[in-house]
Amino acid sequence: MYAVFRKELADHLASRRFAILFMLVFLAAVLAIYVAIQNIRSVVTPTTEFVFLKMFTTSGETLPSFPFFISLFVPIIGIALGFDSINTERASGNLSRLLSQPIYRDSVINGKFLAGLAIMSAMIVTVIAIVAGLGLRIIGVPPSSEETLRLIVFAIITIVYGAFWMALAALFSVFFNRAATSMLASIALWIFFFFFMSMIAGAIANVQAPLGSSPTAEEMIRNYGIQGMLGRISPCTLYGEATTALLTPELGSLNAALMVLSTFTSGRMVTPLPFNQSLLLIWPQVVSLVALAAICFGVSYVKFMTEEIRSI
Amino acid sequence: MGQVVVETNNLTKTYDGFTAVEGLNLRIEEGEIFGFLGPNGAGKTTTILMLLGLTEPSSGTAQVCGYNPTREPLKVKRIVGYLPERVGFYEDLTARQNLRYTTELNNLPKEEVEQKITDLLATAGLSAVADQQVSTFSRGMKQRLGIADIRIKEPKLAFLDEPTTGIDPEGIDEILKLIVSMAKRKITVIFCSHQLHQVQKICTRVGILAKGHLVADGSIDRLGGETAGGGRYRIEAEVDQASPQLVTSIQQVKGVLAVQPSGNSLLISCDKDLRGQIAKVIVDSDSLLVGMKIEEYSLERIYKKYSKEA
Repeated sequence: MYAVFRKELADHLASRRFAILFMLVFLAAVLAIYVAIQNIRSVVTPTTEFVFLKMFTTSGETLPSFPFFISLFVPIIGIALGFDSINTERASGNLSRLLSQPIYRDSVINGKFLAGLAIMSAMIVTVIAIVAGLGLRIIGVPPSSEETLRLIVFAIITIVYGAFWMALAALFSVFFNRAATSMLASIALWIFFFFFMSMIAGAIANVQAPLGSSPTAEEMIRNYGIQGMLGRISPCTLYGEATTALLTPELGSLNAALMVLSTFTSGRMVTPLPFNQSLLLIWPQVVSLVALAAICFGVSYVKFMTEEIRSI
Repeated sequence: MGQVVVETNNLTKTYDGFTAVEGLNLRIEEGEIFGFLGPNGAGKTTTILMLLGLTEPSSGTAQVCGYNPTREPLKVKRIVGYLPERVGFYEDLTARQNLRYTTELNNLPKEEVEQKITDLLATAGLSAVADQQVSTFSRGMKQRLGIADIRIKEPKLAFLDEPTTGIDPEGIDEILKLIVSMAKRKITVIFCSHQLHQVQKICTRVGILAKGHLVADGSIDRLGGETAGGGRYRIEAEVDQASPQLVTSIQQVKGVLAVQPSGNSLLISCDKDLRGQIAKVIVDSDSLLVGMKIEEYSLERIYKKYSKEA
């Protein structure tokens, strides 16, 4: 397996695809920094506890925040690294030659997946390090140990999220014979989850719990509750919630209904959650993401292992 | 008798109701170049995949160098090379890098590998392009690289699946030469093809597969003898103004087995090259001899005969 891993890694590093993705990620980092510098002074007050984290989450009027860029690019990176992993080998006539070598069949898929994961991890860690480093230099406030911890967990969750998209793309690459088909299928699913899922959730919630012209708090809670539940079908939402809670310790709950309620009780004392409480808050989301990634990889693994190599 | 390299016993493969190979009994000995013939879809590739352990047989058993490919696929793959039909390489890598990857997958000792790669690329006539990306290679170059790719792991047995399909005549000769040189190095070769004259040129023995059945198995000489006419040569004589008794007089020539008129020509089957004698008989009978062609019996006839029977 090590041979496959090393070769795939080398291939990725030398490929144009990697260069393009890295530029994309670099762009995200630079934009994030730009946004942060523009706005950091207006959002930080003397009482702000997590100044360093603020730098990551600050969004401008026209430009979104760093986590948003990441949530946009990580699926693209995952899909780009996974969509042609198996079917291109098959189409190019490499697969049967590869499988006739004295290696276990799963070494091929494991090696490829691990190589993709390694590349993605490197990109994500790099971009977070770039933002952190530049931010440190510009705002001059060093991160506290808790902030560092939160950023590390943020990186891990992001890698898991990317792994999910890569596993999904790899799954399609096992099932579809053409690389273009598997890429379109993955991107279609991503677009569905990223753009349409929240609209659909909203529509269903409005049918189930209609909001009148002057909705009561109870109606709103019901409506937002349904929306939140449905939205969590989408891995994009899961990731979004997890990272928001992680990078915004002031956020006390991920329950949409409670968040709505807090708008009614504005002016309450906002006490940041301690790290372990934030972690507890996002635990279901993290477990779901890990499970989704594992299921996708598992299905493609089983399919690849049991598939008969046929003459045509 | 050499050592048995491949032995199958009633090997059968069924894909959802469709029988690709049925009751195959093969026995191939060390050092042979075995021509595995059959039309497309006859089950040649399926047989190879079963022998490699890439596909499980539905019933029956196979032994490759004493190993069962289904139970011990890695041991089989270590000593067997496989050149698939339409072989592919990593297009972005050079020929050398592709071969190096194969050596890594085979865990070959790094120190010896580089020299071996250089030597094999030279044998395959690819020295000049060793460091060029495979995407620039022609079909024939890829096939030759494929043979180098097999030889790098020094197999005991090599499966070549249609290695000459879609290649120009010169390229075919080069590939055939490479195959013969493999056999000289004690590598048993199983050469799948439907390009009969190529098989005839280099194979010591052929097996003909049709619709999943092995319909013929033996040396080309023996199979040829069994085919219609039975003679080793077929002479075609074009005759003008043939006299009526010409056929009988040719039949009386010693060594002629059968004479068959066909239009202006006579198809004569015989054991030796009897062109001189036959020409004399024709001229003596006051007929005009227009032309004469001689042809050794071809595998094509054997092949057609047996695939019709199936």
